[in-house]
Amino acid sequence: MTTFRHICTTIHPNLMREHARFGVLSLQSAGGAMAPIRLNVNGKINTIDVGPDTPLLWVLRDALGLTGTKYGCGMGLCGACTVHLDGEAVRSCQTPLKSVVAKRVTTIEGLSSDRSHRVQKAWIAEQVPQCGYCQSGQIMQAAALLAKNPHPSGDEINQAMDGNICRCATYQRIRRAIQRAAAGEGHET
Amino acid sequence: MKPNSAFDRRSFCKGGAALIIGFCVPLRRRIPTSGTETGFRANAWVTISADDKITVLTEIPEMGQGTRTADVIMLADELEADWAAIRVEQAPTIPEIYKHLHTGGSGGTEATWMPMRRAGAQAREMLVATAAQRWNVARTECHAENGTIVHAATGRHFRYGELVETASRLPIPPLDGVPLKHRSRFRFIGKPMPRVDTPAKVDGSAIFGIDVRVPEMLYAVIARCPYFGGDLASYDDAATRRQPGVRAVFRVPPIGFINVAPDSGRNINVAAGVAVVADSTWAAIQGRNALKLDWRKGPGAGESTEELRETFQSQARAPAAVVVVDRGNVRKVLEQSPKKVEAEYELPFQAHATMEPMNATVHVRQQAIEVWSPTQIPEITQSEIASLAGVSPDRVTVHTTFSGGSFGRRYQFDYAAEAWQVASKIKVPVKLLWTREDDMQHDFYRQYCLQRLSGSLDENGKIVAWAHRIVSTPIRSVFDSAESLRDPKHVASQEVPEDSFPYQVPHYQLDYAPVHSVVPRAWWRSVSSSLTAFARECFVDELAHSAAIDPCEFRMKSLRVAQGQNTQKYRAVLELAADKSGWGKPLPKGVGRGIACYMFGQTCVAHVAEVLVDGKGNLKLHRIVSAVDCGLAVNPDSVRAQIESGINYALTPILSGEITVREGAVEQSNFHDYPVLRITDAPDVDVHIVPQGQEPGNGVGESGVPPTAPAVANAIFAATGIRIRRLPIDRQLLRHS
Repeated sequence: MTTFRHICTTIHPNLMREHARFGVLSLQSAGGAMAPIRLNVNGKINTIDVGPDTPLLWVLRDALGLTGTKYGCGMGLCGACTVHLDGEAVRSCQTPLKSVVAKRVTTIEGLSSDRSHRVQKAWIAEQVPQCGYCQSGQIMQAAALLAKNPHPSGDEINQAMDGNICRCATYQRIRRAIQRAAAGEGHET
Repeated sequence: MKPNSAFDRRSFCKGGAALIIGFCVPLRRRIPTSGTETGFRANAWVTISADDKITVLTEIPEMGQGTRTADVIMLADELEADWAAIRVEQAPTIPEIYKHLHTGGSGGTEATWMPMRRAGAQAREMLVATAAQRWNVARTECHAENGTIVHAATGRHFRYGELVETASRLPIPPLDGVPLKHRSRFRFIGKPMPRVDTPAKVDGSAIFGIDVRVPEMLYAVIARCPYFGGDLASYDDAATRRQPGVRAVFRVPPIGFINVAPDSGRNINVAAGVAVVADSTWAAIQGRNALKLDWRKGPGAGESTEELRETFQSQARAPAAVVVVDRGNVRKVLEQSPKKVEAEYELPFQAHATMEPMNATVHVRQQAIEVWSPTQIPEITQSEIASLAGVSPDRVTVHTTFSGGSFGRRYQFDYAAEAWQVASKIKVPVKLLWTREDDMQHDFYRQYCLQRLSGSLDENGKIVAWAHRIVSTPIRSVFDSAESLRDPKHVASQEVPEDSFPYQVPHYQLDYAPVHSVVPRAWWRSVSSSLTAFARECFVDELAHSAAIDPCEFRMKSLRVAQGQNTQKYRAVLELAADKSGWGKPLPKGVGRGIACYMFGQTCVAHVAEVLVDGKGNLKLHRIVSAVDCGLAVNPDSVRAQIESGINYALTPILSGEITVREGAVEQSNFHDYPVLRITDAPDVDVHIVPQGQEPGNGVGESGVPPTAPAVANAIFAATGIRIRRLPIDRQLLRHS
């Protein structure tokens, strides 16, 4: 019986690229059984022995212990599970593991090592979080927005953030924090 | 006596408001800590280490409301601490030491105001005494200042860390005798301080219940009977057992279902179900999906929202079960009145829908039970799990994690009880997770409520008569014993307004009629206030319109003369909200302003909403301006944040949220069919605090909620002439404006 155990390895990203080049990351072995999947999360390569359709969310949380990414709805409706896939914001609950092979996954834990990302700084300055549960997803969504659109309008902020629910409803502060981050001079990662 | 659910929820815990006094030396040894800090443990709340680090233990569970930060502010101010040296931990569940291991009724800051200040002052006094002893000077010559004790005459000083060893050997002065600072010398209290939990909440490191990881832990989900009070007829788990990662599948019996066993003595509703335990959350969910389940419908098989609505309509006109207030002769005055106004307001069930679904992790060992839970009630969770397991409470350790929202939902312990049920069959730690669907369908919902109001005015526009009938599915009958439910006043006590009626009305009647339902109900942010404020403040507006008087002015002139302080509070917040919102200034076509006010506990709030209804009937909320009198605002930024949050939380039931029932089961399951407020629809919110009060009042976690719905509905009327009397707003109505 396959278990969800994380088979503990950390491989250098260059090696990962090599593996990808030689097709080592193919999901199915000759007999169609599952093969371990290599996953680049926050610059570290992890080998995961789990079904290829498993949502990335549960791999991050249960197998890799990266619990900053949250479960909220399991249907891509709330944004609590937002991570970056090659810099794009995606809902990890709707992202099967097989679709992230050879891509870079960034979670809230990898956004910066010391809360120095301009969005995190702005979130602190505006005192955005209340319960805080949705904020990893909010911050990842906002960081992806600003990477693409450094000076979003109010409507663009609303549009980009509309998929991220906050039940404490810190929405007014989220808007202010994104504007602050956009106006700031921070050039952090 | 005025029924007051805020009080009720707090008194749920015995000794809720007691001060912590007479804390003595032997108890010091009993206080567990994370084990990292050593040094001067002045009392149960504060430890100072030789390297000047200050560890504060706070009791009120943190669910987003910010009380943890308020507690640190109060303690640190008296301690004259260096803010940067403080770190915070959740106090352990030892009720004989920590008396405030619960949060509800917006009472956290008020309850810990004196205890936390005294704890800080006690530590400070001991540090001053230690320094005076070391310098061999009178203690009156020494004072505490930003993490140091200073001897002003000679300019000498000690860092706190330098004093900890000696201070640890000093006798401890009694907590209730320690001198407290005069408010003119507050350094942190009343200043907008940053929340102590913000850093961990922007980098993913904050640990919520769902994030708990214990060695050897397995993951569980439960397939629950969707029909309230129903049962499991049969199930087939063959396919589930073949699923990779599934370790165990077994039946979970129901516990203490409401309205079936009200004498069970348990405030709990655990549905019948089948547990699937697996190596991962996903494997457990997949395993559950593969179950074949056959449910027996329960006592609510015939219950639907349509059927309930008919009962509500008849109960709105039937003789009342309880007359709560009857002053003057309402019926006669209304009958004879030439200017009579009547209206009915209907509010459906609402879910809490916290972002973090219910979950708990439990490890059942031979001699001890360990629970990790996001909860408002660590102490009750401890005692109830102990009672279910048949052990004494000191055998149960409850670790309180951050709660990913709560809004009243986590004043229950049903999910912890379920996790205990599962873990007691699996001898390793088990994390039970509710999916969003579980959470949406097995909530303790806000009551369904219909209110019928009749009123009349004299020729000068004064309110002469006011009759208010409340019909609802009462919370009391979910929890209380059959004997106490025989008293209709008791049943009504969580359904009638928490606010004493603020308007001057010679002929006034308030009565109540209950409607039976199998749907579990409990406390939803501000409880009955979010229901009764809607009806009252919309109806005042209807009377103002009938009197052809501006709604703000009408409220001002209708306020009770004899109510003293409360009237002053109402007047102050109405004036401030009107002033800051530009009340009375001209607006473009389609834009309207609406006002409403309410007093939750001793916290008085007025909102002015400004909305646009365009030619096509589209509704856009522009902004809500709020004025708040909450007594002393310990952390003004947190007060603003809570009012912002309360307003936004209240907007979901106004704009989109509705829980409906069919065959005794909830029809909604996730955010697609229970849509909640999103950023695009969130108005600008502008909060103003009335600067007064020597002490914190009745908190702010709930106070922003009640006046929101009526302010918005009144603004829609001002914009369109259409009265909104049922929520969520039927957009078809607006299209005919």
